[in-house]
Amino acid sequence: MEAMVNLEIDGKQVKARQGMTVLEAAKESGVQIPTLCFHDKIMPYGACRVCSVEVGKKGGRVRVVAACGYPAEDGLVVKTRSPRIDKIRKTIVELVAPQAMFEGEVSGELKEIADEYGADIHRFESRLNVKPVRCILCGECVRYCAEVVGANAIGFVGRGIERRVVFFPEKASKVCPGCMGCFKICPTGKIAAEADGTYFGFTVDRFLAGTL
Amino acid sequence: MPNRLASPEELEKLRAEILSKIDPSRPTIVVCSGTGCETYGSRNVYAAFMQEIKNQGLEGKVGIRATGCHGFCEKGVVVVVFPEEISYVKVKPEDVPEVVAAVAKREILERLLYVDPVSGKRIAREGDIPFYKYQSRIVFGNNKLIDPKSIEDYIAIGGYGALAKALRKMSPEQVLAEVDKANLRGRGGGGFPAGKKWEETRNAPGKIKYAVVNCDEGDPGAYMDRSLMEGNPHAVIEGLIICGYAIGAHQGFVYVRQEYPLACENLNIALKQAEEYGLLGENILGSGFGFTVKVHRGAGAFVSGESSALMAAIEGKVGEPRLKYVHTAVSGIKGRPTNLNNVETYATVPFIINRGADWFRSTGTEGSKGTKIFSLVGKVNNTGLVEVPMGMTLRQIIYDIGGGILKGKKFKGVQTGGPSGGIIPAQYLDTPVDYDALTELGSMMGSGGMVVMDEDTCMVDVARFFVDFLCGESCGKCIPCREGLRLLQRLLTDICKGEGKREDIAVIEEVAEVMADASLCALGTTAANPVLTTLKYFRDEYAAHIDEKRCPAKFCKSLTSYYIDPEKCSACLICLRNCPSGAVSGGKGLVHWIDQEKCTSCGVCFDVCPDRFSAVLKISGEPVPPPPPPGTKVSRKKEG
Repeated sequence: MEAMVNLEIDGKQVKARQGMTVLEAAKESGVQIPTLCFHDKIMPYGACRVCSVEVGKKGGRVRVVAACGYPAEDGLVVKTRSPRIDKIRKTIVELVAPQAMFEGEVSGELKEIADEYGADIHRFESRLNVKPVRCILCGECVRYCAEVVGANAIGFVGRGIERRVVFFPEKASKVCPGCMGCFKICPTGKIAAEADGTYFGFTVDRFLAGTL
Repeated sequence: MPNRLASPEELEKLRAEILSKIDPSRPTIVVCSGTGCETYGSRNVYAAFMQEIKNQGLEGKVGIRATGCHGFCEKGVVVVVFPEEISYVKVKPEDVPEVVAAVAKREILERLLYVDPVSGKRIAREGDIPFYKYQSRIVFGNNKLIDPKSIEDYIAIGGYGALAKALRKMSPEQVLAEVDKANLRGRGGGGFPAGKKWEETRNAPGKIKYAVVNCDEGDPGAYMDRSLMEGNPHAVIEGLIICGYAIGAHQGFVYVRQEYPLACENLNIALKQAEEYGLLGENILGSGFGFTVKVHRGAGAFVSGESSALMAAIEGKVGEPRLKYVHTAVSGIKGRPTNLNNVETYATVPFIINRGADWFRSTGTEGSKGTKIFSLVGKVNNTGLVEVPMGMTLRQIIYDIGGGILKGKKFKGVQTGGPSGGIIPAQYLDTPVDYDALTELGSMMGSGGMVVMDEDTCMVDVARFFVDFLCGESCGKCIPCREGLRLLQRLLTDICKGEGKREDIAVIEEVAEVMADASLCALGTTAANPVLTTLKYFRDEYAAHIDEKRCPAKFCKSLTSYYIDPEKCSACLICLRNCPSGAVSGGKGLVHWIDQEKCTSCGVCFDVCPDRFSAVLKISGEPVPPPPPPGTKVSRKKEG
């Protein structure tokens, strides 16, 4: 028999198995928390922060935490919607939208969250002045390749605002033609769509053909 | 190779032996060889002393020692003659023969003494110099007494005595209780009580535990950890071993940034010496307790100072923070309980063990005990490293120790806590400095950086500087930090250029709030502090940039023009010759003027115009007067 914990999510009493995250506990109880960098095949990463929720214990301090990584604990009171949380999600979408865009629009989960929280995806477009590279740096491709495939053929380079994703040609040329797992996992569809593009610094066609 | 010390008694015996060979009355010349003095040429000065002692036949009669940083970096190369502790400042190799001659005759060389700028008097004893007089140099004070490359020097001043005491006379629980009772708060930034952290690590399940030193100090303007690691590495190692004993760890790590070559060098020498004497390794001092230390050199990432990022780096992974709702004290390096403290925190531990928690608690404020080392830099007369009791006011630190603002200018603000801290304005100069008071003002203690700013510093530009810094030093993993910083950078750059809009202020505040609430690690949650504190205390400067296109400090290039006052210009040709863009016209006897089209507002003309003329003016927010008619002659004779 697994140990269970009792917590409250949006006013509802919820039972969760010890070791579950708040995100998982909420999902089982029918409460949807939006995510952009979470994928059930890979470890929680905590990078997008749209799964931010308010947590506290009765009489204690209320904190904002990422539901994807925060453990479900006994007596925890979770609020998945509040003016503070809604503002966080709206602002995050507005901040990341300009680089996520493809042909002036965003798609998938990002589009759904933008609609749900009334985010204006063009709000910071002119001020941020970033290239619309159709990538939100969620790292799902990077982590899938590392954790599931075990290949580490794709990774992050650069720090801070220079962060970007690249294939590492030596490895990619050997591994990628037989895998292409990240093609399916990429939430914006960038990798699959740009199989003939050069956004990652080289021609994908060429590495697929092993001629890099 | 020395024999391993098998017991505390053998350590005491060794100490007595070392001391018996030292004649305390023998004059010893101490040359500060910290990084500050090294850039002033301390190596050459040291070499010159070696040679000169030989030349004057004083070998054996006059001792010499190269030590770590003394703190008064402004006056390097610093030389102190013991036992009287006569302090000579700004010593050059050519001064050396005179100094040695004076030392031999037990005289004082007046010429090289520190001159008090207020009284104009020369001060001989180091302790009488105001910069040192108001300090409480407990942790940092040993720097001047020891050669950091000599474990014997450290043992001579009582080094490793605290370790011997802990291992022989105290149980791990007692050591932990003493540190907890002392309420030693983390000197690296957060101010979390070290005792609580140790306890959590000790109580965490798992047999294998680690103790780690964080020497990734990277705040702009801060270098106290560096100087401590360079100048007294054994104190840090001793504190680390004691921590290992208290928490049940047998493996320690020191994460030291690659940019600190001297700290790396001295640390590695110190570790080797400690191993040779059996102060590291198996069965330390016959106690049965074993502890080893590995050095991990950082690859230059500011964010690697964050606990989970630092541990990832030690594991050989990219130094990026991870979700850490389970503390690193429970799950750190390789998922094992790991205690992380900063250099200064560890270096303080031996004092607490030696002298007791009550002694430590007798200094400081209610919530912050003991002393803290600050790096006092910026527009202050006496720059350097200072150690003061918690609770000393900013005014005492900046004016009594720091000697006030450069060139008698007006104090505007002091930046504490680096990029996570904030800027504290003049009305709070009498705030006693401790963890809680600084946090209340919207800033923080941080690792102890203290950057003093005067009336010529533009507060919007300062905020932009820190945001720029973090744009390159954030790991870029989470959206609020990465994109929030990117947006703040764009908005602040625009404001500095005079292209900001009024509604930008509200946007900055909105985004800053989301960054503080939702970022993954403390770098992101505190990243907007310099912006928020300047908005809080210097909002009028933002308004002036946006509404009047004026930079009140006349610093922002795009909003500042340079103009030569025809009445004051003496046609000395200096600015004309130095202008890098050829914007200054005029000639011998002719009033100089600046072609505003060609001028890039670099400020060289302003800097080179002699003080006695002060003819170059900065203008911001108002039109630049037209140039004088061509061929206008100077209205007064060129002086001197």
